[in-house]
Amino acid sequence: MEPVLQARSLVKRYGRVVAMDHADLELYPGEILAVIGDNGAGKSTLIKALSGAVIPDEGDILLDGKTVNFTSPIQARDAGIETVYQTLAMSPALSIADNMFMGRELRKPGIMGAWLRQLDRKKMEEIARQKLSELGLLTIQNINQAVETLSGGQRQGVAVARAATFGSKVVIMDEPTAALGVKESRRVLDLIMDVRARGLPIVLISHNMPHVFEVADRIHIHRLGRRACVIRPSDFSMSDAVAIMTGAMDPPEDLAA
Amino acid sequence: MTSETKTAGESADYEAAADSSPQAVASFDEHHHGLGHKIQHTLHQTPSLVPLIVLVLSIIAFGIMLGSKFFSPFALTLILQQVQIVGIVAAAQSIVILTAGIDLSVGAIMVLSSVVMGQFTFRYGLPVEVAVACGLLCGTICGYINGFLVAVVKLPPFIVTLGMWQIVLATNFLYSANETIRSQDIANTAPLLQLFGNKVNIGGAIFTYGVIFLVLLVLVLAYALRQTAWGRHVYAVGDDPEAAQLSGVQVKKVLISVYMLSGLICAFAGWAMIGRIGSVSPTSGQLANIESITAVVIGGISLFGGRGSILGSLFGALIVGVFTLGLRLLGADAQWTYLLIGLLIIAAVAVDQWIRKVSV
Repeated sequence: MEPVLQARSLVKRYGRVVAMDHADLELYPGEILAVIGDNGAGKSTLIKALSGAVIPDEGDILLDGKTVNFTSPIQARDAGIETVYQTLAMSPALSIADNMFMGRELRKPGIMGAWLRQLDRKKMEEIARQKLSELGLLTIQNINQAVETLSGGQRQGVAVARAATFGSKVVIMDEPTAALGVKESRRVLDLIMDVRARGLPIVLISHNMPHVFEVADRIHIHRLGRRACVIRPSDFSMSDAVAIMTGAMDPPEDLAA
Repeated sequence: MTSETKTAGESADYEAAADSSPQAVASFDEHHHGLGHKIQHTLHQTPSLVPLIVLVLSIIAFGIMLGSKFFSPFALTLILQQVQIVGIVAAAQSIVILTAGIDLSVGAIMVLSSVVMGQFTFRYGLPVEVAVACGLLCGTICGYINGFLVAVVKLPPFIVTLGMWQIVLATNFLYSANETIRSQDIANTAPLLQLFGNKVNIGGAIFTYGVIFLVLLVLVLAYALRQTAWGRHVYAVGDDPEAAQLSGVQVKKVLISVYMLSGLICAFAGWAMIGRIGSVSPTSGQLANIESITAVVIGGISLFGGRGSILGSLFGALIVGVFTLGLRLLGADAQWTYLLIGLLIIAAVAVDQWIRKVSV
């Protein structure tokens, strides 16, 4: 099977620091690939390269087998790669619907849209409401509520819904449960699995081992700027994964990259 | 090397407590209690409500104290005429402040643009239409410089516009050689410059073209801010520029467009000012920057960006106008006006802070 998204031998240097040292990554259709790694292992640089926020010095990124060269997150987004940032990238004072359609607003058909550039609020609200209820965030009453009035889990839910609505190829999630309580994390994990069930492959960056082992199909362990190995959560224990991640254990021979 | 995992078991333990608790995390019901909350929520939704209430109350108060002397079509439209320049400049100031910026150079740009309109007509003998177009272009270019320095060079708006204020004002005095173009000369040879001074009389209510322009301008801007993608982006940039960038807003373009539009509106204010005072004077409009910021703040637009509505700044400008005329008709010392305006500014910001406390 051909990977949807593939990184080949990416290199990124910041001065004398090598953040990515010939890093590879493959994401296959319909899977959740978790990316774990110690602080400073270079996983966020890798993810930023995939989402267009960092331009690698060397190496190729392939989407559906074709080489892509993103120079901004907007290009990656247009190519079908949606990212849920750890900061969520939402405007607190604007409404849920405004935030979901930020940067890709729908205009009214006809003269009002073409000449007066009027937004089609009704349609955007309708789509937002529909997408949120598809993802089980059903009880939203007021789609025009400001995002700052939502709880952390609800905001995360809106951000995931935005990515799932517009991501046609890949969704990248950066620490989606880091700022959440146990109960809210639970909801977000369910949401992540819902997104996979709809056929979108997901790259999940997380520090939370129980979460990673619960939802991931494969786990990409990043160490010292490159991929140490890829494991299946059913074959290894969490402590093994942590041991490989920190270098306490060598990656298994047959799985080493 | 491989070991059988207990992943499923572990995570079940880990979240056993969570599973038994209610799963209604992602419900978005509103449950407000108490009048305070309701008021706070309403104001959060419609931030221009506070200045509107203050405006209506102050009109009623002065109406009761002064009777028909104040509560006449003539007096009420006189207020509009007195605030038209500040109102137009406040509209420019509003869109800049919505992006969490500030424009201290508005007054200077206004004066320079009016001087360009006048001097191009009288010094170079250009057709007045061309001179006006050059004046509008001049304002837009000044705005572009502000926008470029803020968005691309990433200097703080306060510093950029503080510098531009001095630069533009000095340019204005150097270029005009501190010469005033007399009202009669303009009326004789280039009446287009005084266009905004033309009056429409409807039953004692006198509307100048400048007043009509102010109202139309505010309505058009309100539409653009509320109903177009550009407007939503202005709010998003003011709210959190990094988030806006990541969600696909072209932050630099939005910022530059806002400062350019601000410059253009200031140039229109300069044109309207010729209509108001009749002559082209390089020394006029010196306080426009502070007065416009006052109107914007009283109008409930947050200086931290992303919150407020342009209608609010119109109300803010009108509140200042009502107090000024009302107190003058009452025969009070003009300092009382400033004292009350000062109180209003502080009260407006206090209300803004209260609205921002999101326990809504």
